[in-house]
Amino acid sequence: MTMDGTEVLKRTVTEDEAAILVGWTAALRDSGSLQSGRIREAELQTQAKAVLGQFRDALAAGGLDADSEGYASLRETLADISRSRAIQGFTPTDTANFVFSLKEPVFEALRRTSAADASALAAGVWAGGKVLDRLGLHTMEVFLASREEVIGRQGQEIAELSTPVVRLWDGILALPLIGTLDSARTGVVMENLLQAIVDEEAEIAIIDITGVPTVDTLVAQHLLKTVAAARLMGADCIVSGIRPQIAQTMVHLGVELNVVSKATLADAFAVALKRTGRKVVRQQTSTEERR
Amino acid sequence: MTVTKAETLPVRSGDDVVRVRQRVRALAIEIGLGLVDQTKIVTAASELARNTLDYGGGGDMRAEIVQAGMRKGLRLTFEDQGPGIADIDQAMTDHYTSGGGLGLGLGGAKRLSNEFHIESTPGAGTRVTIARWK
Amino acid sequence: MDRIPILKLGGALIVTIQVDMHDRLALALEEDLTAMIARTGARGVLLEISALEIVDSFIGRMLVSIAAVSRVLDAETVVAGMRPAVAITLVELGLELTGIKTALNVERGMALIQARLAEEEDGRGGDRDRHEG
Repeated sequence: MTMDGTEVLKRTVTEDEAAILVGWTAALRDSGSLQSGRIREAELQTQAKAVLGQFRDALAAGGLDADSEGYASLRETLADISRSRAIQGFTPTDTANFVFSLKEPVFEALRRTSAADASALAAGVWAGGKVLDRLGLHTMEVFLASREEVIGRQGQEIAELSTPVVRLWDGILALPLIGTLDSARTGVVMENLLQAIVDEEAEIAIIDITGVPTVDTLVAQHLLKTVAAARLMGADCIVSGIRPQIAQTMVHLGVELNVVSKATLADAFAVALKRTGRKVVRQQTSTEERR
Repeated sequence: MTVTKAETLPVRSGDDVVRVRQRVRALAIEIGLGLVDQTKIVTAASELARNTLDYGGGGDMRAEIVQAGMRKGLRLTFEDQGPGIADIDQAMTDHYTSGGGLGLGLGGAKRLSNEFHIESTPGAGTRVTIARWK
Repeated sequence: MDRIPILKLGGALIVTIQVDMHDRLALALEEDLTAMIARTGARGVLLEISALEIVDSFIGRMLVSIAAVSRVLDAETVVAGMRPAVAITLVELGLELTGIKTALNVERGMALIQARLAEEEDGRGGDRDRHEG
């Protein structure tokens, strides 16, 4: 007689729930998630108990189809656990093991209830493996999605943090760029600078690229676009801080940067002051007095 | 990818071009595009609406809010039953124009969008689809 | 039909565009400005566009041709107050409005025009060199 694995599994999990829970919490305790100190044993036990209870109900309602309606609340609970682990800094292995370590106690329980019937045992183990694998993968998907969310948010924060526009003088702005420029970041940089030009009524903006490791065709293009957009608004840009190696690479790559450029931010500032009709002079008397 | 909202506007007169711009702006705000992205898609829509009017003899624009996973986007399709374009590659080239414009319409609209697709049959009409994602 | 008002201030004509430009309006403005420059002998044209939410290639072409016509009539065109988003979009579109002077706002734009007038009064306007592009 061929046995329906779903039935065997359902019966076993329902009848032997208490023993499975004991086995599972023991396995979880040994797996090392507790050693890291990120979660307390009582919390782990509560999570395990809730998940197992929902697993039992889901088997009754949805059979083996872990994507069905009957599994909705279990999937939600696992997603919550997974998300909180991603934020708490658990490793992917720890997170996946939460579900996978349920296999052993379930299989043991199957052995106890179906020891006499080999085909029922095999069917039950296959059914249990299938549904628990699917739930484990679901946990990992949520884990990865939460991590990506965290990374995306950080990326955005970095983009906003790393593009300060500083006012050097009345009508003169500087944008010290640091790090690699990609199109997403350059978009933010461009907007910040142009908005600052409007807000400060700046005639001249100095874009300092001392902190930019490489200037390829794409970066050069972005810089040129920023300069062109500023010109349309009625402001001039000066690019400063092109390091000798970068200048060489740019020439080799055939990248043309047809803008006013100066070696250092200081040189660019001097030009900007001159263009706005100002001059820097040393006050000789005061330095002599101090001596 | 699912379409969560769709509407169609006529492009038959100069005033329609202005209405297309206003409607595209409102939809761009609705999906939460930033100011620069709003301006880009509205400008692209303006270029394409004028092409539809001047070269296609009028037609319409279908605007759709689309969702792919977590991302929302605005997709615009301009369609006319005009003479069509024989050489699309040539029409896409900057400063090529068969009318009196600057010849930046198609190439410009492509640069202002995340997605660009053009189909044209000489004698039957032209359909241009662009999309901008949040 | 609506028309965009043109104000005369000293030797300059000032236009502030406050409405969504449709094509007829743009063409009418080009015509009116040309006639007004010829009639008044204005030496500068200031176009204030801070209210414009978009500039597409049609309006871009209007700006370029106003500047070209003005130059022939010996007047200089300054476009003032372009929004950042509009400027970025224009660059992406490939329109750089070569031959047009730009200014951050009306005040700066007027200063550019006044400077040119003053220069010419000093008699140094004989061989005007153009710093544009």
